[in-house]
Amino acid sequence: MKHGFRQSMAWLHTWSGLLVGWVLFAVFLTGTVSYFRPEISLWMRPELHGAAPNPRAAEVILAELQRRAPDVPSWNIQLPTAHNPVATAFWRDRTAERGFRLIQMDPRTGGELSARGTAGGDFFYAFHFQLYSMPPLWGRWIISFCAMFMLVAIVSGIVTHRRIFADFFTFRPRKGQRSWLDGHAILAVLALPYHLMITYTGLVTLMILTMPWAIMTNFDGQRQAFNAAVFGIEQPGPRSGQAAPLTPIMPLLDEASRRWQGGQVGRITVSNPGDANATILLAQRDSERLSVSRRTVIFDGTTGAFQSAREPDAPADETRGVMYGLHIGRFGDGAVRALLFLCGLMGTAMVATGTILWAVKQRQKAGALSRPGARLVEILNVGTIAGLPIAVAVFFLANRLLPVDLPQRAEWEVRCFFIAWGIAALHPLLRRHRRAWQEQLWTGAVLFLAVPLVNAATTHSHLGATLRAGNWVLAGVDLMLLVFGVLLGATARIVGRSRPAATPNRAAEGRRAMPALAE
Amino acid sequence: MARSAAPASERLRILGILSRTVAALFGGYAAAALASVCLAVGLPTSPAEAALTGMMASFAVMTGAVVWVFAAATALRAWIGIAIPIVLLGGIFLLLRMGHGA
Repeated sequence: MKHGFRQSMAWLHTWSGLLVGWVLFAVFLTGTVSYFRPEISLWMRPELHGAAPNPRAAEVILAELQRRAPDVPSWNIQLPTAHNPVATAFWRDRTAERGFRLIQMDPRTGGELSARGTAGGDFFYAFHFQLYSMPPLWGRWIISFCAMFMLVAIVSGIVTHRRIFADFFTFRPRKGQRSWLDGHAILAVLALPYHLMITYTGLVTLMILTMPWAIMTNFDGQRQAFNAAVFGIEQPGPRSGQAAPLTPIMPLLDEASRRWQGGQVGRITVSNPGDANATILLAQRDSERLSVSRRTVIFDGTTGAFQSAREPDAPADETRGVMYGLHIGRFGDGAVRALLFLCGLMGTAMVATGTILWAVKQRQKAGALSRPGARLVEILNVGTIAGLPIAVAVFFLANRLLPVDLPQRAEWEVRCFFIAWGIAALHPLLRRHRRAWQEQLWTGAVLFLAVPLVNAATTHSHLGATLRAGNWVLAGVDLMLLVFGVLLGATARIVGRSRPAATPNRAAEGRRAMPALAE
Repeated sequence: MARSAAPASERLRILGILSRTVAALFGGYAAAALASVCLAVGLPTSPAEAALTGMMASFAVMTGAVVWVFAAATALRAWIGIAIPIVLLGGIFLLLRMGHGA
């Protein structure tokens, strides 16, 4: 736009990044936390921590559903896993509050487990891709819009920084603006494949909403025809009206496992249970495959005879499945997910350093007098980058500290989150910029470090117990919170040490060092 | 951003940026959507596979379109450069459609 390709890309990088930077920061942070969604959901329900796995869980749970809900169109069962020792069952029930029942069951007895009201890890997950309190479709559109800006910012950022390899080794600490630029570049370059992957695959996860035109054309606007062709979602046959008992489930699980070369069943769907036309669909665990396109097999529900199987083998479908799988990161063991978590943290910090860099540059250009736009960016930076972690920590604390029998307890946890964030967003209006940063970062650090302590005071599943028992699912959540606390504390110390705004001389020097970014 | 520019040229510059933003958002989306339906209709795979391929590729098209719009020397060239692929892709889509209908 202005002279030359690189200059115009530097402009595009600055503005595409800045305009949606705060939404992107929130999406990156909650998304990174969501890698541990099942673990957090379990951590937030201490009443379930006693549940232990049972190899015959499927049998126990089907027997219990037979007793509790014999006359429903279908049962959906999520079997317990290493991440979550509790089974979940779902069925339609017109008399229930929202037209369905979703219960958690003890895999040993089949008994319903009741836990405190909490959104658990699902809160961060829902915030990450639909902003939680918004109407979901609006939230998804906004997120997709911002993700598109992110993709443009990444591509234009790559053009702006030609020295990709040298940037690995370039960090000039305590040089004000230049350190922020170096830090931003290091975080971006080190995890560049991850940033590109997570942004593009994120767009793909919502593409049926945002880019539906190819489905409209090829399926004459019939979403269901597309779903049937791609996801293998088909309506079960009608009930025959003839009662018939279900076939034993354990031999079917063994047969499915044989078909999948040792893969385990993760989900069971029984259609028309108790009827002669019953079918049993078994789907493989999603932690065992990179792609989320599931392998499934369907058996006759009364005879146990094999009916059909679905092996995802279509290239485009499998590509979509792999992109989706890469994005949600449920494949792999703890080490892989810890690495993804680290990459997510780097992405979060990259977005943060980007918006801070802009504000620092404005301040150095204008000296102590900052313009209203720059002041607004500074306030938003503190309220988001330091404020959102405070809200996250408050959400964890609320989970442990709100009375267990509080009405609308799950909603109150979310309210605590937004109240904390609201206060953090207003606080920088009243304080000097550097003070606001320090106070909020220290608050965040103290709150995060307090969660494991409050956990130890209020439950039996604290670090002392979980580490000794080798329970990494629960210990991992406490350790993640400690990592956040230490990181925030370290950042607060750095902010406290670094010297106040640079003199005009240094600002000019900084501009010379970055001709491409100086506008 | 330069603050010293005369008000008239400053206004022109802002208008140029606004016009490019419209071209990037709406033109870029139109180009991406048209590319996705061209692939959906034109690829020799099954309808579901072709549709998925078109949808997954569309975001790369949109990114390229946005980069073009802001890299072009003038706003007018940006608009021309985004309009040509849209017209071409639209034409290809109609031709493919007719070919399938026949």
